[in-house]
Amino acid sequence: MDSCNCIEPQWPPDDLLMKYQYISDFFIALAYFSIPLELIYFVKKSAVFPYRWVLVQFGAFIVLCGATHLINLWTFTMHTRTVAMVMTTAKVFTAVVSCATALMLVHIIPDLLSVKTRELFLKNKAAELDREMGLIRTQEETGRHSRMLTHEIRSTLDRHTILKTTLVELGRTLALEECALWMPTRTGLELQLSYTLRQQNPVGYTVPIHLPVINQVFSSSHAVKISPKCPVARIRPAGKYMPGEVVAVRVPLLHLSNFQINDWPELSTKRYALMVLMLPSDSARQWHVHELELVEVVADQVAVALSHAAILEESMRARDLLMEQNVALDLARREAETAIRARNDFLAVMNHEMRTPMHAIIALSSLLQETELTPEQRLMVETILKSSNLLSTLINDVLDLSRLEDGSLQLDLGTFNLFAVFREVLNLIKPIASVKKLHVSLNLAPDLPEYAIGDEKRLMQTILNVVGNAVKFSKEGSISITAFVAKSELLRDSRTPEFFPVPSDNHFYLRVQVKDSGVGISPQDIPKLFTKFAQTQSTATRNSGGSGLGLAICKRFVNLMEGHIWIESEGLGKGCTAIFMVKLGIPERLNEPKLPFMPKVPTNHGPTAFPGLKVLVMDENGVSRMVTKGLLVHLGCDVTMVSSSEECLRVVSHEHKVVFMDVCVPGMDGYEVAIRINEKFTKRHERPIIVALTGNTDKVTKENCMRVGMDGIILKPVSLDKMRSVLSDLLEHRVLFEAI
Amino acid sequence: MDVVNQLQRQFIDYSASLHREGFLDDQFTQLQKLQDDNSPDFVVEVASLFFEDCEKLINNMARALEQQQGVDFKQVDASVHQLKGSSSSIGAMRVKDVCIAFRSFCEAQNREGCLRCLQQVTHEYSLLKNKLQTLFRLQQQILAAGGSIPVVE
Repeated sequence: MDSCNCIEPQWPPDDLLMKYQYISDFFIALAYFSIPLELIYFVKKSAVFPYRWVLVQFGAFIVLCGATHLINLWTFTMHTRTVAMVMTTAKVFTAVVSCATALMLVHIIPDLLSVKTRELFLKNKAAELDREMGLIRTQEETGRHSRMLTHEIRSTLDRHTILKTTLVELGRTLALEECALWMPTRTGLELQLSYTLRQQNPVGYTVPIHLPVINQVFSSSHAVKISPKCPVARIRPAGKYMPGEVVAVRVPLLHLSNFQINDWPELSTKRYALMVLMLPSDSARQWHVHELELVEVVADQVAVALSHAAILEESMRARDLLMEQNVALDLARREAETAIRARNDFLAVMNHEMRTPMHAIIALSSLLQETELTPEQRLMVETILKSSNLLSTLINDVLDLSRLEDGSLQLDLGTFNLFAVFREVLNLIKPIASVKKLHVSLNLAPDLPEYAIGDEKRLMQTILNVVGNAVKFSKEGSISITAFVAKSELLRDSRTPEFFPVPSDNHFYLRVQVKDSGVGISPQDIPKLFTKFAQTQSTATRNSGGSGLGLAICKRFVNLMEGHIWIESEGLGKGCTAIFMVKLGIPERLNEPKLPFMPKVPTNHGPTAFPGLKVLVMDENGVSRMVTKGLLVHLGCDVTMVSSSEECLRVVSHEHKVVFMDVCVPGMDGYEVAIRINEKFTKRHERPIIVALTGNTDKVTKENCMRVGMDGIILKPVSLDKMRSVLSDLLEHRVLFEAI
Repeated sequence: MDVVNQLQRQFIDYSASLHREGFLDDQFTQLQKLQDDNSPDFVVEVASLFFEDCEKLINNMARALEQQQGVDFKQVDASVHQLKGSSSSIGAMRVKDVCIAFRSFCEAQNREGCLRCLQQVTHEYSLLKNKLQTLFRLQQQILAAGGSIPVVE
């Protein structure tokens, strides 16, 4: 026997057991070899694997383990030493690697585990973010809804639309089952169901306002959850198992006055409406916070929208009222204007109509006066004249007064001679005064300007009226008229506190006082004097006639002239003084008086209007001839005198521009002369102007003059001014037919 | 100066009285206005001419009316007409008024009436002559005293 190097296994090979071990080892090796393959395959597949080194180690470990088991297969039977050597090597290696791996794994496995934890953490985070996103999205939705709601609510100013829209939109946004609005009644003691979402016409449920739950809602500015069983929430048909949650919120009803406070009105409003919102029943929905916030926002918006609607209603109503008033005022104004126009037309027509017959009466009565009358007839005619004059004055007064009251009367301003006005008044009043044996005196102050600017006619009318009254109401005694310039101290009269005249450089105040010694006026009658148509009761006035308009018109005129008029009297029987002040302008420079009187010194050469004008005068009467010559010489003419027709024809030449001939002397045919002159000068421009001087202008004389081709007639006696105007007319127009 | 003022006032009063009593009218005033430096004695001249004329005419009329055979009323009328013209030219109002009445008697050929009027005319004429002469004397006195003749309107 040889000694073999084989190794005998410890135990004798048992067949069955051996077989099983043999197979297990085989499969283990297989598994061990396939695991790293799988590992490599999957790791290669995955992108991320941080521990490659570990993998290699692990792979080595497993491979070696597998190798060991594989080699183990050969050791079941007799095996050579080599196999044993290989087996041992493999086992050694395996031991080394596996220890190393075990050591490595101590580090690595916690890491691997923590990855897992992180993964879990991230997953949680992701879930949380998801949740939050969902929440935000919901809120955004809500916000959008509320904006849309607000927009809907505020887009209309109609109360009903606002409320209806609110309910509809809220219902839609929050998916409500029912939404209702309770408004306070007029008495303020109850809430009445005004609007609901589902029911079209809410029947008038009312609820007393002082329920505790309602008070709770009203006292909080937030939406409050209330029990579904309280009266305000009981508006759904019953029969549901689980009524949804109910929320109520107050809606402040604001008034216009609330907006005058700077801050948003908080508890100053007393009136609230109640909005009740119900979630659908049988759903597990709950009121979320954001939904409650939405409800509160909407409630506020509704409040504002309602108040805007109320303001608008108010202003529309006010505007309608104003328009009505405007229309009414316009109508009234037009009616007034029509009335005034009608009155003016009436007055004008009546005035004209009245004046025409008046004129006829006055004219014919005056003419009648000129004829031969018996004394009784004369008396009658005089009475007719006086009455018609009075009537004429009355008509004028009435028309003037109505125009004065209109304000349509304007002063005719002009420069006039103030002294002349007073003298004229004096002349007019003197006859009546002397009949009544009254003495009238006029006293003009030395500093009174001679000329003034104002309305001459109306000033005269005023003075005449005042003086006339003085004469009318005095039976005996004297009347004194004084006129002077009112000085500034006197202007502020204590008796006329409402009159504040302001003196200035180109105006002065004329003050006229008319004092009479007549019947006087009692103090209580004085205020009535200037009112229209009012007369005092004394017998004197009743007899003197007059309409009572005179003083009223005077007052108007004086007022127009920015002045003041008043009457003072100490009582009955003590006479009275009428005083008035008017504002007159001062003319800038005194114009050369074109007035017919008072050249103080005869001027040297006279107004030589016609210097060197050659004139021929034919008159048989020496005196008359001389007077005519004097006139013409005074006017600067170069006068040739002839006393007979033959002389006239001899002398007349084309140098003479005008020929004056007297035609009223019988026997001397002035007409012949005229004809002859016409024959002599064939050309018209060479012929002198022929004027007849005559003492009568009856029809026959006029016809004769015209027949013979005379250019004009002058009635003797001729005044200076008449001659002057005649000559200027003649020379300008070459014709004058009749100067009286 | 006092003398002048006094004389002037006298003159004014006298003029006014003449006007008031109807001896003179506006025409006389017109004549006074025609008096200026060129013709300082215009009024006096006219008045003298008037007086001459008047006398002449009155004599004519007297002679004509004295005719017993038959009064030539036409001639009388012509004279009266002249007189009327002259008197109205100078402003002798009263004389003129008498002339008017005179003329109507002439037309009526009423000798008695004419004679009566002639008497009146003569009377008026002499009155006027006296008055005017007084007036002119006053004027001369004023001028002699160095004053100016005031104009009376």
